[in-house]
Amino acid sequence: MKSRSLVSINDYSKEEILKILSIAADFEAKPEPDLLNGKVISTLFYEPSTRTRLSFESAVSRLGGQIVGFTDSSSTSVTKGESLKDTIMTVSNYSDLIVMRHPLEGSAMYASEVSGVPVVNAGDGANQHPTQTLLDLYSILKTQGTLENLNIFLVGDLKYGRTVHSLLMAMTHFNTTFNFISPQELQMPEEYKLYLDELGLKYYEHTDFTEIISRADIIYMTRVQRERFSDPMEYEKVKNIYVLRYAMLENTKPNLKILHPLPRVNEIHQDVDKSEKAYYFTQALNGVYTRQAIIASILGLK
Amino acid sequence: MKEVKQLSVSGIRNGTVIDHIPAKNLFKVISILGLEKFDNRITFGTNLESKKLGRKAIIKVAGKTFAEDDVNRIALVAPEAKLNIIKDYQVVEKYNVVVPKKIIGIARCVNPKCITNHEQITTRFTVIPGNEIALKCQYCEKITDQEHLNIR
Repeated sequence: MKSRSLVSINDYSKEEILKILSIAADFEAKPEPDLLNGKVISTLFYEPSTRTRLSFESAVSRLGGQIVGFTDSSSTSVTKGESLKDTIMTVSNYSDLIVMRHPLEGSAMYASEVSGVPVVNAGDGANQHPTQTLLDLYSILKTQGTLENLNIFLVGDLKYGRTVHSLLMAMTHFNTTFNFISPQELQMPEEYKLYLDELGLKYYEHTDFTEIISRADIIYMTRVQRERFSDPMEYEKVKNIYVLRYAMLENTKPNLKILHPLPRVNEIHQDVDKSEKAYYFTQALNGVYTRQAIIASILGLK
Repeated sequence: MKEVKQLSVSGIRNGTVIDHIPAKNLFKVISILGLEKFDNRITFGTNLESKKLGRKAIIKVAGKTFAEDDVNRIALVAPEAKLNIIKDYQVVEKYNVVVPKKIIGIARCVNPKCITNHEQITTRFTVIPGNEIALKCQYCEKITDQEHLNIR
């Protein structure tokens, strides 16, 4: 993985994914505050993203690295009409690694082609967000002790949610059983189901999960957004079906954990927060260890 | 009365005849092959009758043969095109275009949010197998189907 950009979760094999997760566990167990001494990491955020940016910056800072970059492209030469190529070629002179979020899809791959240093994709529009997927995997591994043979419930907007698509692709390495819970309009796209068929992995589709929730090892919640519906009546009909409440957790497995990429709006009721099965805030913390592992591995320090 | 078969576009002595081009895509084919930059004698006919295509076009390029990889790029807009290599007024070789596995730099990605539509980037697509032509962008991973196919 040394010197290689991370653009898509599909860039990593099963072994490489496991390697990153094992490095993340090492960082969690034993912080290394001097590992990135003398290293400069650029964080180029062409669109606002508080959570991902802070997580990356925290990851670098806790390893002793320096950060240069911007949090909003309006204060940069981009407003003067500089191309992405020119920005990347310039910035790659200033740093050892570039972390970039950009609103255009495919921008991360393009940046990795023109950059002299490795690029880590922190989200390219609606396309890929591989570090989110790796932190999701780390959270699953940490709470379940394994990634193999789990029953994963993906809930909410399965049509447009890039996090669920990437998580699905990554979990296909581990003999996962999938349960897709979504309104008709937001079902998992056909191409992913065909891919699971090809691999011979089991999946089930539902429009409601109260009956089957007791089988879940992981519930991965996403938000059902009003804008996704062509008919507002349809949204009104389904909006409450996909809200997780404390009472629903009564007969669930003891090892169940609830994940959410955050920010949450109302799809997980706040009364769930008191349950020890609520894991979304620790999941965010895991993002720091995972990003440390990704950066250290690409820089050849682990 | 017996139908007399006659050439609508005059024959060439040596060169290549590209037949069975859908009439509406003639100029796209010309542009993909870069024929406007050729010095060779080129004749073409369009809106010719065709049982298969309704209206077809034909291009005759004198004194020129094409590398197969180059000519296969026209499969995007003329998947049924047939090439005849002519020597001394005789057809010495015939072949059909084959849809290539990858398309570099000809087509435009349909996704308005794709980086290739915002920076000067040579587009790269993987051709998805099937009856209809569908291209998967190697940058944004979105699919451009035949209906939305746009030649740069």
